[in-house]
Amino acid sequence: MPIIIDHLNYIYESGTAMETAALKDICLTIPDGQFVGVIGHTGSGKSTLIQHLNGLICPSSGTVYYNGEDIFDEDYDKKTLRSKVGLVFQYPEHQLFEATVFKDVCFGPSNLGLTNKETELRAYEALKLAGVKDDHFYQSPFDLSGGEKRRVAIAGVLAMKPEVLILDEPTAGLDPQGRKEILSLIKKLQVQGGMTILLVSHSMDDVAEYVDRIIVMNAGTVFLDGTPKEVFRQEAGLQEAGLQVPQVTQIMHRLKKEGFDVDTEVVTLAGALENLCNVLR
Amino acid sequence: MLRDITLGQYYQTDSILHRLDPRVKLAGTFVYLISLFLFKNITVYIVAILFLGCMIRLAKIPFRFIARGLRPVIILLLITAGFNLFLTPGEKWLQLWTITISKEGVSNAFYTVLRLILLIFGSSLLTLTTTPNRLTDGLEKSLKPLETVKVPVHEIAMMISIALRFIPILMEETDKIMKAQLARGADFESGNFVRKIKALVPILIPLFVSAFRRANDLAMAMEARCYRGGEGRTKMKPLKYAGRDIKAYFMLAGYLTLVIVIGKCFPIHVII
Repeated sequence: MPIIIDHLNYIYESGTAMETAALKDICLTIPDGQFVGVIGHTGSGKSTLIQHLNGLICPSSGTVYYNGEDIFDEDYDKKTLRSKVGLVFQYPEHQLFEATVFKDVCFGPSNLGLTNKETELRAYEALKLAGVKDDHFYQSPFDLSGGEKRRVAIAGVLAMKPEVLILDEPTAGLDPQGRKEILSLIKKLQVQGGMTILLVSHSMDDVAEYVDRIIVMNAGTVFLDGTPKEVFRQEAGLQEAGLQVPQVTQIMHRLKKEGFDVDTEVVTLAGALENLCNVLR
Repeated sequence: MLRDITLGQYYQTDSILHRLDPRVKLAGTFVYLISLFLFKNITVYIVAILFLGCMIRLAKIPFRFIARGLRPVIILLLITAGFNLFLTPGEKWLQLWTITISKEGVSNAFYTVLRLILLIFGSSLLTLTTTPNRLTDGLEKSLKPLETVKVPVHEIAMMISIALRFIPILMEETDKIMKAQLARGADFESGNFVRKIKALVPILIPLFVSAFRRANDLAMAMEARCYRGGEGRTKMKPLKYAGRDIKAYFMLAGYLTLVIVIGKCFPIHVII
């Protein structure tokens, strides 16, 4: 069930001296099951954009269609929408509040009006899916490490069984190991769970390995939109938007300059390795 | 969601009022508040309203923006008005079933609400035109003489400045947490009173946790920069009076005199 963003505009602090247009005429279609990376410099409007998708912010003009229905229509049930379009905020561990991890994950499904049994079942499934260890289930969420807390918070959204999962910088502030774990968890959700994923990030390296499509935001507009290869071909344009191509691609460009006949369009580490082996053989 | 509270917020623009020395503005606010409580007299309030109007005009802040600051206190205003209206004994003015409204009650309610509104406008004008930093600088310098009687002026000023600085931060944090819980299907609007209070728990706990975390970080950061109180501390931008500040003081004195003269000479206060 695709998401269609139709001529979306959003103006912050409208009517004051601080008035700024955060989003300008955004039109996008996100088909089912796609893993989309939304990339942009700080203040490019990416966080504002994703908050529109589950109705937390109302647009100044334009609208969003989910399942062919206008989500900003007055009759539209926002609560159901929020269970279908899950949003994991930046530093989601800051939203934990219950006495135990398990209870905290129950918060989402219990708000949907499910029975206790169903709620607990979903919480258990979600915690398992997010890779939270069993012996953490009945601990206070505040006693866990940063990476563990984040898994719990993601589980809190997964427990609502969303069809679309949006994550705002899910790897911010994590060490490389934690980053890799979270990203492969998200990839697993797409491949095995068939979810549509929107991953917001400002790190090209994070995104390049996993996504099917990249949307580059700059100053409130969609600047580039395409597969990683297509997007990273536009090195000059990306730099203009304050972004860089992934480190792997940068190295390949350097090697090409030094006279090696390598493929400068690789975007993943595995792809680079294969290509280098072939060239050096 | 919570952006409507303008009390304690700074509105950035370039105006005479913004450039004025914070001590003048502090004195001005103080004088204005006193002038509101000196007389219960309609002519004085007209002068006060005109004065405030001029100041808002000078500050180049849209009136709509300041008026938004009233929204959170509307309930308070209504309660105050109600109490004054129904509970003031005196000459009968209106009889509604068993409730009697007295003439004194009507005038009390009118004046109290007017005073409160002007109070809120006047004091929010101070914070809207003065950055928290300059405000506390001004406070610290104005209260300096109290140090001789062992009042920890610097510490108080520091605490106020931190508290003011944290208002917008915590507000933003609340907004973020609210949105995060909304995204998890939380419902803050429907249900009865008990349910609504219960719905606040998922906001308040993370908010407290984050406030403590921030306080801790701030203490650490201050310590790391060798903060050890006000003794021997110098300012990067020390406050100095300019010509316009002196003029402003004279204007304030003029305003206060005008209020006193009018209050004494034209005591009109019956409204019904």
